[in-house]
Amino acid sequence: MPYRTKLGALDSYEKGLIELDDDLRKYAFSNIFEVAGAAAPFERVAVVQNLEYVAEVMRVEGDSPWFAAPHDEFALVMDGEVRFNFVKLAEGQVPSHTGGAVQLGGQPNGPVMGYVTARRGHQVLLPEGAAYQLVSNKPAVAILQTVDGPVTVKRWSEICTTA
Amino acid sequence: MDVMDASVVKLGTDPDTGYSSFQLGSFTFRRDEYFAHVGWPKGMHTIEVDRFLRAMVRDIGWGFFYGWIFFDDVFGTTNHYGTVDIFAGSYDRGCKEAGIDLLETFPAATVAQAFETIARDWISEGYDPLNAPLETGSPAGPKGKERTDPLVRSFIAADRMLGLEGDKLVRSDETGHPINRAFADLSFDAPDIVCEPGFEGQLHAIDLFEHIARSDVTWNPSISAVTRANICCVTSEEHMLPVIHGNDRNEWFIQLSDEIHWNVADKNSGAPRGRVVMKAGDVCAMPADIRHQGFSPKRSMLMVMENGTPGLEVRYASGELKPYPVDFD
Repeated sequence: MPYRTKLGALDSYEKGLIELDDDLRKYAFSNIFEVAGAAAPFERVAVVQNLEYVAEVMRVEGDSPWFAAPHDEFALVMDGEVRFNFVKLAEGQVPSHTGGAVQLGGQPNGPVMGYVTARRGHQVLLPEGAAYQLVSNKPAVAILQTVDGPVTVKRWSEICTTA
Repeated sequence: MDVMDASVVKLGTDPDTGYSSFQLGSFTFRRDEYFAHVGWPKGMHTIEVDRFLRAMVRDIGWGFFYGWIFFDDVFGTTNHYGTVDIFAGSYDRGCKEAGIDLLETFPAATVAQAFETIARDWISEGYDPLNAPLETGSPAGPKGKERTDPLVRSFIAADRMLGLEGDKLVRSDETGHPINRAFADLSFDAPDIVCEPGFEGQLHAIDLFEHIARSDVTWNPSISAVTRANICCVTSEEHMLPVIHGNDRNEWFIQLSDEIHWNVADKNSGAPRGRVVMKAGDVCAMPADIRHQGFSPKRSMLMVMENGTPGLEVRYASGELKPYPVDFD
């Protein structure tokens, strides 16, 4: 029997449902394409929070600011094509805050490491010690696995099903 | 009750079915052609054998996972990360009120050895409980030739990220993992990685969807990427999760493809709370005070985000941490 796999996209997704005799806020039910559709480009909107850890949804549209973190992060492209540019940070440039990404004022002056072009389903290492920028000519969506940090945006009441 | 010096004991072999029965602590385990029977001094409980074996083999493979693994509403295990409870009726209102419940605590290695011994005896060639029902034979009937290959496989735990030099491999034809029939309609391609001289090997990306599509097991998560104690697990899901999971911490699901229907119940009493239907792109927390069981009509891709910080189970159990993950503004 042939199978048809259903994937979501920014302009084509179907949200599920939550029917519980409980406070729905405890489940923080959302949809990444819906979140990305309502977000400004490059906002990092938390959709997962496990104490200090988060997963953020980013709408990638144009050239992002440069980001860096004091630990590894990972990006999973869920729609579109994204180019990730990388610059090596000097030891003194590596962020020293507790965790999560910070936005840099511009492209760091370190050596260019290269780039990764990723499409739907591709997971990309955003390595500690490197700054990165996301670029896409058309709207794309990525999930960022990281730590709750200075640029994490939280708007749970807006993105979650509460009733 | 702690039974720290117990070990699994073979009680005998049924001359008709060929299956052996076993004892661990106060619990006995016997199977016939269709059912597994768990006994203890004040009770007896019967579970359909396919479900029992699907649960038992995963429980071994997961290292007893996080928290409670209910084989069904009555029987299961609780992981204390070094010791494991085996319980019967301890979280079932009827058994509790009747006073027939039993919980015994063993070293984790003892339970793993016991479950492996039982599963090895009760699983015959042609049946693999890690496969979807459409992809394997039936465990019903008398004992056949015992399998000699590993019962537990495919729990791949990346240290940093799959595919990095020195880390775990991404599934491929070369590793013996063809694309599963249910994802044959997808096309896959590798990400493009261009490194400047001197930075070779420092940039890395994989086709995660292809890795999941090549999984030959179901409901068996593997770790793809790790940020400190933030663990990204991915898994392919088909048919039903053969256990009911009651986590000892909050966890999160991100549905990557297709859909899964989750039944949600109170963790301690089993009283139903309702359901969640997750479709591609949906995100949902599973609070620490529930038990949940998933049903995937078509093989689907699921991402699970876990916080692997040691000792969290104690902080949740003590009430220091709330059993839900987010405070709304």
